[in-house]
Amino acid sequence: MPGRISPGTAYGFFTDTSICIGCKACEVACKEWNQLPGNAPRFLGDSLDNTGQLDAMNWRHVRFVERFTPPAPGGGGGQQAFLMMSDVCKHCNQASCMDVCPTGAIIRTEFDTVLIQQDVCNGCRNCISACPFGVIGFHGDTGTVRKCTLCYDRLQAGMQPACAQACPTQSIQFGPLDQLHQRADARLATLHGDGHDQARLYGRDSRVYGGLGAFFLLMDRPETYGLPSAASAVRPGRNNAPGYLGALLGSVLAVLGGLIALRRRNESPETR
Amino acid sequence: MPNEHFAVSPDWRWYILLYFLLAGVAGGAYVIGALLRLTGVDRTAERVAFLVALPAIVVCPVLLTLDLGSPARFWHMLVNTTPGGGGLTLRPESPMSVGVWALSLFSVLALISFLAALGRPAGVARLMAGRLGTAVTLAGAVLGLFVASYTGVLLSVSNEAVWSDTWTLGGLFLASGMSAAAAVVAVAARRRAAAGTERRLAEADGWFALVELLFVVLLFITLAAAGSASTVLGHGWILLWVVVGLGLLPPLLGLARRGIPGALTAVAPGLVILGVLALRAVIVFSPQG
Repeated sequence: MPGRISPGTAYGFFTDTSICIGCKACEVACKEWNQLPGNAPRFLGDSLDNTGQLDAMNWRHVRFVERFTPPAPGGGGGQQAFLMMSDVCKHCNQASCMDVCPTGAIIRTEFDTVLIQQDVCNGCRNCISACPFGVIGFHGDTGTVRKCTLCYDRLQAGMQPACAQACPTQSIQFGPLDQLHQRADARLATLHGDGHDQARLYGRDSRVYGGLGAFFLLMDRPETYGLPSAASAVRPGRNNAPGYLGALLGSVLAVLGGLIALRRRNESPETR
Repeated sequence: MPNEHFAVSPDWRWYILLYFLLAGVAGGAYVIGALLRLTGVDRTAERVAFLVALPAIVVCPVLLTLDLGSPARFWHMLVNTTPGGGGLTLRPESPMSVGVWALSLFSVLALISFLAALGRPAGVARLMAGRLGTAVTLAGAVLGLFVASYTGVLLSVSNEAVWSDTWTLGGLFLASGMSAAAAVVAVAARRRAAAGTERRLAEADGWFALVELLFVVLLFITLAAAGSASTVLGHGWILLWVVVGLGLLPPLLGLARRGIPGALTAVAPGLVILGVLALRAVIVFSPQG
């Protein structure tokens, strides 16, 4: 428990995937608290996953990455392991969804989290195309887009988010971001000391969207978990200037062409 | 190295496709009307262009509203409804926000020009005949160019494959929208316009198609560099590119031969409009699966 929860302090999640056991207690707790009935069950044929993806009904999603390689001829060298990770909205410091939202429905709260105001959103879905993590989903019943609120209502009541409270291994830790950063640094040092050279922090520093409010300790490259690398973590606004310049170039050329075609050519103009 | 994309589809479908087409036609028709006013070659065709622009733009907000998850909240695009907020909402970093304002302002100017073209009420027509009218028309033309092109920028300002991999969509939508508008105005002005106007509009369409072709080439160069060209070519999408090519053919042939070949004259406007629709369809739908 992170102690007293105070507005004005930046809170977030540190998800340590090295100790995730894939129990999905986080998914259940999230659905229970936020009254998300979930999508109709279906067989996905994707390891132990039957949630599929983050969307309007799934605000936590446990990913299962199978690392099964057969042993080499003659024995030895095979690997049988899962990588498991409880995925969630990253509550980006530089949030792409906020950048493109035309209504101002997406705001940063007093806890420095990213929240979609359900009474302001009109369901244009522009944020869905902007979110680089595929987090946001459209909900037909409400006519709005939805995602993890980092249990905004619970924070206001001084309670930690439901998923963090339910996690039996403390893979999901909630708290002030500066404290979580220290904890993550110490954990990474331990893992590196134990020989886990591929362990790394994702979103701990500003290279990924200015730092993530929900950051991760990963046991492999981000792409393995369906996360963009730091090089690919780009904001949609990067295309504003080149996009408008392209439109300007097209406008100038089209107007020039129009003027050439529609100019006077030694003909008497028709009078008005 | 190809760009990585993990964004999911916003599920923008037919309403948005039709909106993208009509925004191009409306903006393009207004710009053609403004060019005709500037050059003064054919007042009748000029009036027809303005008479085309308004009906096309009037449908646009309807399509946009129908596509919203909460259509009754369409006005949240314009007014800040955040509790404790108030005032108007304009977010320069969001092309959708800027576009909604441009669409609103353009609609007002398109209405004024439409009334002036009708000649009713007489006061509006009188005002629009003078310098004030020229200023209004130029402002409307700038907004028309914006309305016809910002939809492409809106797609690019995202993290979707294809859309965010290129800077060309604004120019591409603008040029193709102008091409469709020239075809529509030419058909609407047929038999009413001055001698030579039909040929002029066909030539203008040829120039617009040439610019469109240039942007198609630039589109494929940028998509190839980003590793996403296969997305707009695979799964049968190449068939829509054939339609795009067929739509470009009549105006380009007309430009090269100083006149659309006789056999194509009757079907040329339909081919052009179909081609422009196909272009938008392949761009909008192919990355969304």
